[in-house]
Amino acid sequence: MNKTWNNKAWFMVLPVLLLVAFNAVIPLMTVVNYSVQETFGNNLFFFEGVKWFREVLHSDRFHDSLLRQFFFTGTILAIEIPLGVIIALAMPRQGFWVPVCLVLMALPLLVPWNVVGAMWNIFALPDIGLMGYSINALGIDFNFTRQPASAWFTVIIMDVWHWTSLVVLLAYAGLRSIPDAYYQAARIDSASRWAVFRYIQLPKMKRVLTIAVLLRFMDSFMIYTEPFVLTGGGPGNTTTILSIDLVKAALGEFNLGIAAAMSIIYFLMTLLVCWVFYSAMMRGEDE
Amino acid sequence: MDLTWMAWTWQTASFFAAIALMIAGMAVWEWARPGGAPRHGVLGLDTTRGDRLFVSLLSSAYIHLGWLALMTGPLWWATLISFVFAIAVFRWV
Repeated sequence: MNKTWNNKAWFMVLPVLLLVAFNAVIPLMTVVNYSVQETFGNNLFFFEGVKWFREVLHSDRFHDSLLRQFFFTGTILAIEIPLGVIIALAMPRQGFWVPVCLVLMALPLLVPWNVVGAMWNIFALPDIGLMGYSINALGIDFNFTRQPASAWFTVIIMDVWHWTSLVVLLAYAGLRSIPDAYYQAARIDSASRWAVFRYIQLPKMKRVLTIAVLLRFMDSFMIYTEPFVLTGGGPGNTTTILSIDLVKAALGEFNLGIAAAMSIIYFLMTLLVCWVFYSAMMRGEDE
Repeated sequence: MDLTWMAWTWQTASFFAAIALMIAGMAVWEWARPGGAPRHGVLGLDTTRGDRLFVSLLSSAYIHLGWLALMTGPLWWATLISFVFAIAVFRWV
């Protein structure tokens, strides 16, 4: 049988291509161009080869902010994923309280990022903020504008407050998709609570949890506004994570070459992580 | 159209041209010898030819960065390693 081939549908892809070209490809090309040159402004550029890449890769400042970034991302993942699953398990499965819980959970997600930063900034102030004042009243010396540990504690708890809900909602959706028959079978076999979780709920949540980890990893890896508003990377440089360091280099010091090289390395890291998660998800789908 | 703000150099232009050529080459290859359907490789993943190109390009970026970070010799060595690596990726991944 002769098949009619009609490739006109490819033209439908054109708008997307144009959009991606303007908001991703062209800016990215520009960053690549900047990363191999030195500029003193006024669109005057001098070719420098891979000098900036070598400099960034050997700079302690970059290593430190990368380490801080991994510490931040690792910590919030270690807290948010288990906490989100626990809350999702504790949420009612039917009845009046379901929508109430869902709306309550969705609330933090609706707050704009800079507002979250400003809120927690005030909340954690040692003299007038409720949290900062209470902690100090307990006899613990807490001042996030001066002590690195307090600053880290505030940044992490802020992110946990803002984003655990996302994990909860995803995990809850995963739980809701488990048919009752599974639970009935578990009851017949008199399975323990742990066995139900380990062999029914966790495998069924695997896919959504992969998505949750991916989303939280990417978001936390690119997070800027909240920690910037809260601590501005301080005290000193102690909470300067990658994105804050990058903006400092690009806009604070106007080191376009170094900032561009940093951006590309940063981009390659996110690209690799995306690919790994994507492959893991595709593999999970096959199984 | 004034493109001075994009600060093009012939080096970066040839870099992007090479990537565009690779993608065009993939299209020609598929047209001449179809065979881009997914295949199960050593990583346990189903990859198409396009996936393999992506993996090759991404790993070549890391090979070059790794060379810059750890070695002192000319960067062309990293390019050579990437090329050999890409062949391996297309053969086995």
